[in-house]
Amino acid sequence: MHFINTEGMDEFITLNHGSGGRLTGELIREMFATRFGMNEPFTDSAIANIKGREMAFTTDSYVIEPIFFPGGNIGKLAVCGTVNDLAVAGAIPLYLTASFIIEEGFPVKDLITIVESMAQEAKNAGVKIVAGDTKVVEKGKCDKIFITTTGAGVIRDGCSHIGTAVKVKPGDRLIINGPVGNHSIAVMGARKQLSFTSQVVSDCASLNHLINRVLDTRCEVHFMRDLTRGGLATVLNELSAMTGMGVEVEEDKIPVDEPVKGLCEMMGFDPLYLANEGKVLIVVPPEECDKVMAAIRSEPSGEKAEVIGIITGNKNKMVIVKTLTGGTRILDMHSGIQLPRIC
Amino acid sequence: MKYIDEYRDIRLIRALEKTIRREAIGSYIFMEVCGGHTAAIHRFGIPSLLPPNVTLLSGPGCPVCVTPVSTIDRTIELASQKDVIITSFGDLIRVPGSVSSLEKEKAHGADVRIVFSALEALEIARASKGKKVIFLGIGFETTAPGTAAAIIKAKESGIRNFFVLSAHKIMPPAMEAIICDGTEINGFICPGHVSTITGSKGFRFISEKYNLGCVISGFEPVDIMMSVLMLIKQVNNHKFLTEIQYSRAVTVEGNLKAQKIMDEVFTLASNEWRGLGTIERSGLKINDKYSAHDAEKVFSLKGLSENLRENTSCLCGEVLRGRKRPTDCRLFAGVCTPDNPVGACMVSAEGACNAFYKYRRNG
Repeated sequence: MHFINTEGMDEFITLNHGSGGRLTGELIREMFATRFGMNEPFTDSAIANIKGREMAFTTDSYVIEPIFFPGGNIGKLAVCGTVNDLAVAGAIPLYLTASFIIEEGFPVKDLITIVESMAQEAKNAGVKIVAGDTKVVEKGKCDKIFITTTGAGVIRDGCSHIGTAVKVKPGDRLIINGPVGNHSIAVMGARKQLSFTSQVVSDCASLNHLINRVLDTRCEVHFMRDLTRGGLATVLNELSAMTGMGVEVEEDKIPVDEPVKGLCEMMGFDPLYLANEGKVLIVVPPEECDKVMAAIRSEPSGEKAEVIGIITGNKNKMVIVKTLTGGTRILDMHSGIQLPRIC
Repeated sequence: MKYIDEYRDIRLIRALEKTIRREAIGSYIFMEVCGGHTAAIHRFGIPSLLPPNVTLLSGPGCPVCVTPVSTIDRTIELASQKDVIITSFGDLIRVPGSVSSLEKEKAHGADVRIVFSALEALEIARASKGKKVIFLGIGFETTAPGTAAAIIKAKESGIRNFFVLSAHKIMPPAMEAIICDGTEINGFICPGHVSTITGSKGFRFISEKYNLGCVISGFEPVDIMMSVLMLIKQVNNHKFLTEIQYSRAVTVEGNLKAQKIMDEVFTLASNEWRGLGTIERSGLKINDKYSAHDAEKVFSLKGLSENLRENTSCLCGEVLRGRKRPTDCRLFAGVCTPDNPVGACMVSAEGACNAFYKYRRNG
């Protein structure tokens, strides 16, 4: 395991292991899954059969700096993120639990804001927060507030394959529900790292209503995954690895808002690697594409949806981008965080 | 988007491709010496648009890549001192030193922080009373003015816990070193962002003294294709000039204000480059007026260890000199990957090995 590059002698966890890219994948597979006896494919939610009913479970910890950003805060994120992980597994999200690790000295008024937005978002998404836990730690032992939410839901009939990608076939179309990169840029702006103010707002949103709308069409949906930390590029690579098939996307079809595009050009970022919190990749057979697109576009979080690519055969098991210049390039899994250009 | 779309216009690119194929009657090797160009060339698949007799070669243009192991080691030594916060541009923390890296030291408890600019490091110093904040300044004329501005601001505002370890370099002496090293090239795609600061005048001596083409290029596919065409024409006509293709950003004189700030803070000194060795008058040293913010002067460093350990199979040095291509290295894509980099050229997104790995793994 590539814990750190010193001839494998001494290994440590570095920030790179948490960046959502290849090293995170290695950590999950080689450290946790082998010891916990978990089997691939690794999906956003686990599915368990309880008394004849298929249930989905998922859990996620939220640490973000700053905790308030344009378009949301750590509390809203903690609800949306877990709701989305359930929904993309084909589940109807029902219950959440919420655990808080709070640093001594944290302002109560900030906690109220965070908890109220959690309550509001849970109401929007139609889930109930039913249990929780609180720990307060000494100053410096955590950064302001960390939240962990765990979610449970019921898998919709005939939808348990959606997270696993087993039904994906060559020729399937790739749909994304809107422009990528807004969350990352909004957070960077809030960190004052952009040296100027930007108007970009995080896309942080619960997607279960949009996903329900799609599944209500009774169209065949072969795969869904929400785009988070590693961005679109990471999800496309995961899809290629899960299916053993090639994925081809057209660069000019991938929606990117103008301010995000401008900032990316200036800073040297690739929007395909930027984090999102309200975007989902949906894979459908070509004949269902129009109907699914119409359903997505009828929802507020899907108005700017686009068909961005296609599943190719299993000859070339990688993600290929057709560039604006008419050439092609490999879209690799990212390594580490994206950094601004210095040259 | 304006200023982007028109420079990615497929019709223009196709037209340039056709003209290049028609004009390229001989054999041409051009070197780019800007990491931004290296990244753009591979991202846009420029080599696939050029005929086989036109070759692009990456030179020492990636700031992270040319930072020598000794600088990493010195920074690690500083990181271990009491109450020190090391700040730097992100990729640098992953570059292997002789025995460790800043990333590894960070995992061990050293306070190492990634910043986007020198001014961000200055803000950390302002907010961290009782700590000594050291900014490891790397990069060429593009980043050096920012570092200089932060040093001036620190002095003016009396922020006495802000220090800079300057590993800043300037580009023209390295280009001259490449020429004198005997690397066979017909011209340079000169750096775009560096030139917005220096102006084209800083490169003129190359075309005049060495009869080599110099074209300062932008970063979009149309820019790069156009620059290649301009270079081919110079070679065909045996008329070597320093031309500006990137005229929407670059002038002959450059950014005079930035030049003034750099002159105020830095003096030229000999400097070590990874792969190229020590080059006279190629580094930017903080002058005596600002020595209170110069980490070299304020902190005692044991000096360089004698047995610097670089992986002997790593061809980074040869790649930076344009002698080898990343795919010539037997570590490439096997032992050495972006997740597990052996050499600096695989670490940075602006490094040749990283760009090759990311976009063109199959050569």
